[in-house]
Amino acid sequence: MLKQTPFHPRLAELSQSQAWGNWAGYLSAMRYDLSTKHEYFGVRNGAGFFDTSPLHKYWIRGRDAEKFLSYAFARDIRTLKPGRAQYTIWCDDSGYVMEDGVIFRYSSDEFLLTAAEPNLGYLRQLARPFDVEVVDCSEDYASLALQGPRSRVILEALTPDISELRYFGFAETKIADTPVTVSRTGFSGDLGYELLIPASDALRVFDAIMDAGRPHGLRPYGDEALGMTRIEAGLPLIGVEFSSSRYAFTADERFTPDELGLGWLLKGIDDPTRPFIGRDAIIRERMEGTSRWRTVGITVSWQDYYNLFTSHGLLAEPDEIPVAWDTMIYNDKDKRIGYATSFMYSPVLQRHVGIARLKPKYAEPGTEVFIEQTVNHEYINVRATVTTLPFYNPERKTA
Amino acid sequence: MSETHAYDAIVIGGGHNGLTNAAYLAQAGQRVLVLEQRHLVGGAAITEELRPGFSFTTFSYALSLLRPEIIQELDLVRFGFMPLFMRSHFAPMDNGDYFLTGPDAAVNRAEIARHSKADVDGMDRFLHDTARVKQFIRPLFDNIPPNLFSDDPADTERMAWLVKHLGTADKKLLHDTVRLLTGSISDFVDDYLESDIIKATICSAACVGIKLGPMSPGSGINWLYLSMGEHDGFMGEWSFHKGGNGGFTQVLARAATAYGAEIRLDSHVSSLITEGGEVRGVVLDDGTEFRAPVVVSSLDPRRTFLQIADPRELPADLVDTIQRFRFQGVTSKVNFALDGIPYYPALGDRTDQYGGFINVAPSVEYMERAYDAAKYGWYSEHPYIDASIQSFIDPDMAPPGKHVMSCYVMYTPYKLKDSTWDAQAENMADRVQATMQRFFPNFNDLVLQREIVTPETIESKTGLSEGNIYAGEFFPHQMYFFRPAPGYSDYRTPIRGYYQCGSGTHPGGCVIGAPGRFASQQVLADAKR
Ligand SMILES: Cc1cc2nc3c(=O)[nH]c(=O)nc-3n(C[C@H](O)[C@H](O)[C@H](O)COP(=O)(O)OP(=O)(O)OC[C@H]3O[C@@H](n4cnc5c(N)ncnc54)[C@H](O)[C@@H]3O)c2cc1C
Repeated sequence: MLKQTPFHPRLAELSQSQAWGNWAGYLSAMRYDLSTKHEYFGVRNGAGFFDTSPLHKYWIRGRDAEKFLSYAFARDIRTLKPGRAQYTIWCDDSGYVMEDGVIFRYSSDEFLLTAAEPNLGYLRQLARPFDVEVVDCSEDYASLALQGPRSRVILEALTPDISELRYFGFAETKIADTPVTVSRTGFSGDLGYELLIPASDALRVFDAIMDAGRPHGLRPYGDEALGMTRIEAGLPLIGVEFSSSRYAFTADERFTPDELGLGWLLKGIDDPTRPFIGRDAIIRERMEGTSRWRTVGITVSWQDYYNLFTSHGLLAEPDEIPVAWDTMIYNDKDKRIGYATSFMYSPVLQRHVGIARLKPKYAEPGTEVFIEQTVNHEYINVRATVTTLPFYNPERKTA
Repeated sequence: MSETHAYDAIVIGGGHNGLTNAAYLAQAGQRVLVLEQRHLVGGAAITEELRPGFSFTTFSYALSLLRPEIIQELDLVRFGFMPLFMRSHFAPMDNGDYFLTGPDAAVNRAEIARHSKADVDGMDRFLHDTARVKQFIRPLFDNIPPNLFSDDPADTERMAWLVKHLGTADKKLLHDTVRLLTGSISDFVDDYLESDIIKATICSAACVGIKLGPMSPGSGINWLYLSMGEHDGFMGEWSFHKGGNGGFTQVLARAATAYGAEIRLDSHVSSLITEGGEVRGVVLDDGTEFRAPVVVSSLDPRRTFLQIADPRELPADLVDTIQRFRFQGVTSKVNFALDGIPYYPALGDRTDQYGGFINVAPSVEYMERAYDAAKYGWYSEHPYIDASIQSFIDPDMAPPGKHVMSCYVMYTPYKLKDSTWDAQAENMADRVQATMQRFFPNFNDLVLQREIVTPETIESKTGLSEGNIYAGEFFPHQMYFFRPAPGYSDYRTPIRGYYQCGSGTHPGGCVIGAPGRFASQQVLADAKR
């Protein structure tokens, strides 16, 4: 039996489709609506909420907490002030990315990590030489992402404390008399917040949010719409763009931060006072220029996509649900130069977009490449253009 | 020409086609000036806050045929483009029942079966056959029509392409196409379906904006035209835009301005300045002159050729055809501010029926009778109403819990027999409200305010002659290479440097943008010559 998140009783009532998937052993909605597209627009146009409760959550506390995390994680935790959160990654000794997560700094020596994959054993082992404890609190909290242009007004109706939150800031506050953490974070590429709520009071807080959100068109969204928004936001997803290097069998399954487009996290890597796992290898990669890939956006013009089908007598009907497998990419000489890890039709951009890994020399924005599609039971390539990420980036996200 | 101009091109009219045209020209590096008569851009696509917090889509209310390449080429998402797809189509019925479709094909089949089991596959066949026709017709929307009477090699090439394209159709496809282009929609639909409400739902789309009923030959082409929308890559898909259609034209204005175009409001152009058959600029009502070697009119053909240009400078055949060009608007709008959501008894507390169009056209006969009145110069006693509550899916359109409802009303002829719209507007709106009350028993109690837009209002506010929403009737002899006149369908005019980009050129009307885009291509091509 799959487990149910603390919100499940309400979510089950809201689900028209009863289309549940399995996320980390929990029932997790693929979609609530009959149509993913409308759920997606709920987020882009008003506000949507996504149940993130299955995320793993760990308290990391102790005198050495900062020192430990500055060693374990590739992004410099020392720059993180209390009341702020940070997207981070951790690497292996060879400089390959293991996993990613978001870390919240509650005080000088108290942090909370949320991550998609289990890491308790790894972090505890790593923490042995340090004065620090790692505690799994995954089941103590329910968590909810509230995303979209209306998310702020909805939350403001419940607590004034969030009004001033800046991008990646968080506040400890109360909603429906329950202590909650609200952070201005999320996976949608839009204005949005995430809430950490004691599991025992999850439904009370949930009901308050629903009441506040009703006049603003608040609606739930599932995994498919989440996928659409995060691809438009250009955010990599573990299990899709990459998987943990520690479970890789071959070099083709491992990627460095630079290869994943996450090099920006490594600001200050030259600082010799912060040794961290993977640092030497990454510095070497950079010096020797050995990165094999670059991560880019690709777009296909709607006209090209349409013509691809009509030239075979078919009607082009795009499907906005992200393709769940790699799609091959070629140069103009039909030589394979990479692959899209995510690919879908974007309803707002009204064309196909994807996140792709290409050989570095093809990665310049504006480069013409060709992406493989199946048309009339044949593989046929359609022209695509290399772009930067993200595809969708409204000012309000960070304003 | 040694004269120096402040601008490379002047666009008359800041409706969506004028703005599209200006944005393309500016993007190509031209110095462009848009002259708009009103205090706001958008023309027939505007949103006005007529009551604090309530945004009315005064005229057009849905994004219909907007070409996807415009969104891409002008990078409109960067400027706030945000379509809102309709998730439902709701048709209330006289007996209190309804026909309600939504995003799921299997659920829709069950709903069709409730009305007629035979129509389940009847609908599938109808959709398949018409999808083929749409696919066949679509390239005509993507290409400038050939000018049949020109010896320009580009036109010869276009003609050759057209002949070749027509040759690709099989017997059935060609026959279906011609039936739709010339026949009546109800006749076509009768071959597939038996349920009257399902037929009425399809036929209603054929009745928007034209002075024809669903049983009139000629309604088929309007149906076909209006189902060429392609939002989200699906043919026939329509959407709203965030903030109404005025939200969309604001996006265009931001794009045009960002590319360098200048927009001047409150600037009514009275005439062209020409010299030796070439355009030199325009004059405003107050005598202000603006000079440019290119002037693009986004106004309808009557204004473009008979008012802004001096007809004496034009060939007689063009003047003659434009004088006979039919407008005969039949559309009104009554927009409501509502205190809450209308109640439909058979659906109880459900509200999901309001995610798209609410189609008050309970039978094919109902619409045909509504049309009858217009033939004799009067407005329908029981109007056909295409309503939508956009605030239901766009919370920015009305205060929380309140709503705006746009009612597009057919048939209300521009010329009334022995009366005027001043005298009849309130009565017409009463009929609309009474019709809504008949289907939604709490409707009268919800009404906070109503705005009445008659064909005369449309004409006086936007300049669309006789209030025809398309800038000219959708008759086969006024479409494609006959739009607006045979031999003058290539966005150029006989006056050198004077171009047309309004809905009265192919493939306008509607919010489509293609005329503005095609005209910019012609301007830029000519600039290179
Ligand atoms: C009531 C109504 C409902 C409609 N509903 C829909 C709908 O839901 N969906 C849809 O797709 N289409 C709809 N349409 C049709 C669509 O709105 C029009 O076809 C389209 O907006 C026309 O755009 P345009 O740029 O060609 O012309 P317009 O929008 O008419 O723009 C012309 C502009 O020129 C300005 N102007 C006029 N004369 C002068 C002058 N002498 N000097 C300077 N400026 C001048 C006008 O003020 C106006 O801004 C509707 C139209 C109406 C009237």
